[in-house]
Amino acid sequence: MEDKQYMEYIHTHAQKSNHALTLVWAFLVGGFICCIGQAFRDIFEVALPNWDEGKIAALVSMTMIFLGSFLTAIGVYDKIGMHAGGGSIVPITGFANSVVSPAMEFNKEGIVLGMMAKMFVIAGPIIVAGTVSSVVTGLIYWIVELIK
Amino acid sequence: MKVGKQTYFLDNKVYIQSAYSLAGPYESKGNFREYFDSVMEDDEWKCKSHEMAEIEMQRYVIGECLSRVNVNPMDCDVIMGGDLINQIVPTSFSARDFRTPFMGLYNACATFGEAMAIGSTLVNGDFEKVVCCTSSHYATAERQYRYPLELGTQPTPESQWTVTGSGAVLLSKKQGNYPLVKGYTIGRVVDFGLSDPNNMGGAMAPAASNTIVTHFRDTGRSPDYYDMIITGDLGRFGRETLHYLAKKEGYVLDNLNDCGSLMYSEAQKAGQGGSGAGCCSLVFAAYLYKKLIDGSLKKILFVPTGAMLSKDSALQGESIPGIAHAVVIEMED
Repeated sequence: MEDKQYMEYIHTHAQKSNHALTLVWAFLVGGFICCIGQAFRDIFEVALPNWDEGKIAALVSMTMIFLGSFLTAIGVYDKIGMHAGGGSIVPITGFANSVVSPAMEFNKEGIVLGMMAKMFVIAGPIIVAGTVSSVVTGLIYWIVELIK
Repeated sequence: MKVGKQTYFLDNKVYIQSAYSLAGPYESKGNFREYFDSVMEDDEWKCKSHEMAEIEMQRYVIGECLSRVNVNPMDCDVIMGGDLINQIVPTSFSARDFRTPFMGLYNACATFGEAMAIGSTLVNGDFEKVVCCTSSHYATAERQYRYPLELGTQPTPESQWTVTGSGAVLLSKKQGNYPLVKGYTIGRVVDFGLSDPNNMGGAMAPAASNTIVTHFRDTGRSPDYYDMIITGDLGRFGRETLHYLAKKEGYVLDNLNDCGSLMYSEAQKAGQGGSGAGCCSLVFAAYLYKKLIDGSLKKILFVPTGAMLSKDSALQGESIPGIAHAVVIEMED
């Protein structure tokens, strides 16, 4: 049997992800996480009337990161992710999950070379991509301003 | 005695004198729940880490397999086996507790087939007693091949669940009402170019088909010579693919089964089924061995299958080569 023929067989016969279902789950769970974030924002605005918007936003992020980390630590976040997919990966709670889960996993190899060294194996690429893209955006912004 | 290209039959009688199985907590709720000799109540099994648990699993299984037939480990000529973890640490470390010569093997999830082929050849020769053991552990395999356990990822429909479990057999010259290893067909590495590490069944099916078809061509036997042809861990999709590939070569495998696809119940939602080096050894020691002894199976072709990938080879875009060894196991007439 030809390799090409076999690849074709695999592509036509292998079970495909149910995209409609995964999209709905991701939308619902992702939206729900954002609603929780918004709820915290509203609560903080009422509870801390003297704080400006920037401080409130930072407090909301911190609260959501704490919740993501906490749910990871007690073994719940991976179960949410099993159904929600991108819905629980994209919000900031997913970022917390991607840092805390390798920290827990590699804790057995010691604090320094295990936990601290491997903490960013999943989140590292996101940080690199974020930093690089912000530098590029900054450069473009700077050049546009110069031309003006 | 060599028959055809890759098949060997043993001239002397090699008995499988004992077998012992230890299943993880998730596996113990699966389809073979009544058959396991022993069950772990949790994944860590009172050990410091999951790797330590896998070492302890192999040590326990080998010990129990031998004590069941009152054989002292020191009376065994060699312990051989393997697992999936880097430098086969679980197998090697478990062997340090026995004062028995040791040989570590690696053929990914087909290691148990490799061990039985080599072990039976040794017992066919001058060796008296050889122990074959393999294991796998969900948590150690996930960490090595995929992601941290607590990371919220979504499994693809083609993915399989690594079996937590271990199985050991004692091959010996001692006569009795035991199954016999009659011979084997050593498989070759087959690669059809599939590179999706989430579809291991598809990657291994060509190797399984190649070995099984070679076995029938070498021996002149037809599939219905065996009561059951049982592969290692192809999963449901891999099993269908193997059926399709063998049919193209002119062999209809109606009596085909797969340890991985049988492992979990539908309700457990374990993707395509179980996988791992411990999958086939666990099913053999827990289920097939007992069925052979009680006479409900007389002749089986046991075909552990393996996908020879590493995390790095997959990241470097390499395709996944597969391997399968077929072992002929029969009850004496």
